[in-house]
This record gives sequence, structure tokens and C-alpha cells, in this order.
Amino acid sequence: MSSVERAQPALPLQQASPVRSSSDLALRVLVYALLILLAITMVVPFLWMIATSFKTSEEILFPNFLPHSPTLENYTFVLTETALPRWYVNSFIVAIFSTISVAFFDSIAGFAFAKYQFPGKRVIFVAFLGSLMVPTEMLIIPWYIMSVNPPIGSTWVDTYWGIAFPGVITAAGIFLMRQFMQGVPDELLDAGRIDGVSEFGLYWRIALPLSMAAVGALCIFNFLGNWNAFIWPLIVTSALDMFTLPVGLQFFSSEFTADWHLVMTGATLSLLPLLTIVVVFQRYIIEGIALTGVKG
Amino acid sequence: MFHMTVARRKMLWAYIFLAIPIVFFAVIRIYPAFFAFAMSLFDYNPLAIDQPYVGLENYETLLAEMNKPRSVTRAAFINTAGYIILGMPLQLLIALLIALMLNEIRSFVTLFRLAFFLPFVTSTIAVSWVFRWLYQPQFGLFNVLLKAFELPQQPFLNNPKQALASILAVVIWQGLGFAVVIFLAGLKHIPRVYYEAARVDGATRWQTFRNITLPLLNPSIVYLVVLQSISFLRMFAPVLAMTDQGDGGPLNSTTTVVLRVYREAFQRLNMGYAAALTVVLFCIILLVTIFQLRVTTRRTN
Repeated sequence: MSSVERAQPALPLQQASPVRSSSDLALRVLVYALLILLAITMVVPFLWMIATSFKTSEEILFPNFLPHSPTLENYTFVLTETALPRWYVNSFIVAIFSTISVAFFDSIAGFAFAKYQFPGKRVIFVAFLGSLMVPTEMLIIPWYIMSVNPPIGSTWVDTYWGIAFPGVITAAGIFLMRQFMQGVPDELLDAGRIDGVSEFGLYWRIALPLSMAAVGALCIFNFLGNWNAFIWPLIVTSALDMFTLPVGLQFFSSEFTADWHLVMTGATLSLLPLLTIVVVFQRYIIEGIALTGVKG
Repeated sequence: MFHMTVARRKMLWAYIFLAIPIVFFAVIRIYPAFFAFAMSLFDYNPLAIDQPYVGLENYETLLAEMNKPRSVTRAAFINTAGYIILGMPLQLLIALLIALMLNEIRSFVTLFRLAFFLPFVTSTIAVSWVFRWLYQPQFGLFNVLLKAFELPQQPFLNNPKQALASILAVVIWQGLGFAVVIFLAGLKHIPRVYYEAARVDGATRWQTFRNITLPLLNPSIVYLVVLQSISFLRMFAPVLAMTDQGDGGPLNSTTTVVLRVYREAFQRLNMGYAAALTVVLFCIILLVTIFQLRVTTRRTN
């Protein structure tokens, strides 16, 4: 069934160089030393964040890395006294909703552009892609005016739809899916037509299953992008219990600026689940980026 | 209707598939872009009774602000230029170095890649607050380390001379992983035969890099120059999170164009002027994109 193959990274050819001079060895050692040093600078801020989150308000004033008597009080405080759990739920709902929407609409639009001929195809495609050049910052003011006085419903401010609507269909995703669906063989679709499969059935039962690799990459980026989205959720939410995680974290941290143990607990709580996902899916995510050049 | 040809039926289905996306792009992407252009010609305050047409007045104000030595808008544009001019080359240089090194080694590649990649996928707000803590005077990690090596303490974010560089360092740090992944993909695409030929010819490492790696990596470099320039141009969240009250201080030394847009539009409700700022932003992005298209088409010719 998998006539559309996932792009596999080229296997590194394990060719053992016949002669390895001492200068080569010295270079190798230098490379590893530099890489380790750089990798440490990547990881230490996170470790310091986690360490601080287990310290008391007195202990953050001491330079020791590990807390002497680790406390979970900060976590109890943040999880019970702030709306952080609610912000989690909000972020999750918005990210899941827009990811499902993007997976469906981007792939079906990509399918139409890849496999159908119709008048206006070029114009529509260029208009979609051209919209990528308009930065979000330019659209947020009109979006806000629109959300206060929307075409449908009473107000989009402080609603999940209001937070999500700018990202429910994406031009970059449509472009990616079009590229990928061009690889679906026409003979397969024609065979389906002869068997009486509807045009939607061709998308749903043939093209989509063959493009799962691209859809998967698209879903992961989209989820991450929505999870970390900041400027629009900041503008369209004003009620504390409608904040997304980044907006809530900004609000919470501004309130507790001097209480670094609490700020770091909030940061840890907001980052940890995501870091886990990334560590588990890292291969897939990195290959996806290399494959598509999409920015999270 | 029932005697439609196959071609017509397929055409109809294509429009059905695209119906919702077309409506979406028209209403949510294209119409608001024109709306923003139009808005920049009005004195647009959403709470006012009417929104008078003012022609190019917002742009004139913007120009006047730019010529005023100590204005916030001028500071915003100068800082943003600073973020791009310092940040983009520095980030790409470090990323290229890391990618070249990762390309050399055989063990622990995945682990290293993950370490460099991790900051990129984390929320900018969380990362910014972590660094704000690390930058703190006296108790922050960096000053603790400086003290341990008996070096003088630094004010970092509290000093107008250091604040921009301090914020920039965080942004460079966070975006490295993305550039590394793109560079690595570019390096993988360079055919090995070139390197083997170079080795046969007795080329030095530097010659190989200069004459093979760098020119063949050009598409990745152009792509990243454009993408990262635009992302530095749009800087907002790190400055909001790392400065007091998110004001782009101290003394406007870190404020950016997008921060100005946010303040003008959503705190002072001066939306016409803010829209004019975003139009300028759009024009800059357009220029950068045209530059990219010219460079990439020139190469294929």
C-alpha cells in the first residue's frame, strides 16, 4: 500500500578512513570538546530552572545548584493557588482543535491542488501562498476589530474559537500537502474511480492514508506552534480563565517577579510535558523540519 | 446535471474541496491585510464615535518620530535593525559551526542534536523568564559564576548598554537548533563524490570547505538568512518578558517595532498609527522576500 514512501534520511556511509593521522585525532577531540561545551550551555538553563523550582524563597539567594532540602511547596502553590491548570486545559483544547482542523483542511486543499484541474487554480494557489508574506503582526489589529464585532456570533473575544481561528487552515500546510500528494499515483485514483469510489472517498481512503507521514509532521509542528503561540492569544483574551499557557505564564510571572522559585516552578510546569513529547518524538520532528523546512 | 462529463464532475469536486479554505483565506487572511492598509489612513480608535480619514498623516507622524532623536519609535526601529544585523549573522555562524561539527562525528549525534534542538521547541515566554532569572544581579546564575571566577558583576538586563545584547543572546540561543537542522539537511545533500575528488586532489580542509561545502550550502544559507531576518524583525515576546513591565527598557534600549505596534494599538488604542507601523513592517518583509526570489532564481538560470 505504501507506494508513497517516506523520505528516509540517507544512511551515513560507515566508511572507515584507512589512515587516521594524529592531526585528525586532535581535531576529533577538539570537535567533541566544543560540542560538549555548547551542549552544556543548551541544557544548563533548564537544569537551573528545575533546581530553582525545588528551592524555598530563602534558598534561592544561595548559589548552590542542588537544593539542600528540596520542597514541593512551590508546586502545590502554583497548581492550587493559580489558574495554571486551567491555562493548560485551554492551551490543550486550542492546540488540539486547530491541529485536527489543519490536518483535514490543509490535506484536502493540498489534494485538490495536486490532483485536479480547474479554472482559477493558479490564481487561488498564488493567493493562498502570497498570504504567507503578510506578517501576523499586520493582521492582529483587524482580527481584533473582527473578534469584537464578528461576522458570526456575538463576540470572539475570550472564546476558544477566538484564540484558534487564525490558525485553523494554514498556507504552508496546504503547500506541503500539495507537494506530498503529487506523489500519489494517478492510476491508483483512476482505479478507485472505476471501482465507484466517490471523489471524497479517493481523498479519504487513498490519498490521505498514503500521505500520513506528511500529515504527521504537519500535526506535530502545528501543535507545537499553537502551544507556544503568544501575541494573538495575548490580545484576544482578557479573562484570566481564558488565557493560554504562555499568556498565563507571562501574567503569573509578572505578578511574582521577585519570587523566582515560583516563577521557575511555573516555567518548569509549562515546559516539562512538552519537553517529554519532544524527546519521545525528536527523530520524527527533526526529520520533518529537514524535510519541509517548516518552522514550528 | 446528471449528464456531467467526468472532467466537469472532477472540477466541481475540486471547488467543493477548496470551498472552505477559499472562504477562510478571503475572510481571515486577505481581507484583514487590506483592512490594515486602509486603517493606516484613518485616525482609528475603536472606542471613538467616528474614525476620521486622515490620509497619510499617520505616516507623516511616523516620519517625524523617526527624525526626533529620543523618540520611542526611532529607538524601536534602531533596536530592531540592531537585532537583525547582529543577531542573524551571529546565529547562522554559530549554527553552521555546530552543524559542521555534528557532520564530522559518528557517536552521540542524536543526543547532541536533541540538546541543540530542545530550546527551539520550548515556549519563548518560559525561556525568557528562565533567562531573566539567570541574568539577575547577585543571585542569578551568571553573576554567581562571574563571582566564582572573581570577575566583576554585570548588570545585564538592568543596564541600557547591555540589555539589548543580553536579550539578543537568548534569542540566538533559542533559535540555534532550527538553523542547525536546516544546515545539517543541506550538508547531507552535498554528494560525497565531491569530497572524495577533493581528497584525491590533496585539498586541505579549508580549501574543501571554501570551494565545495560553502557554495553547495548556498540554498540553505539564503533560506535561513531570509527566514531568520524576518523572525528577528518580528521580535516581540522576549522583550515583553525580559524587561520591567514589558516596556522595552531600560530607557527604550530594547524596545522593538512590534512592541510599539502592541502598545500603540492595544494600550493607547491608536490603531491607525499602529497599522501604519505594520504596513512598514510588511514592506520590509516584501523587500526581503523579493531579494530571496532574485537570488534563488538567478542561481537556477
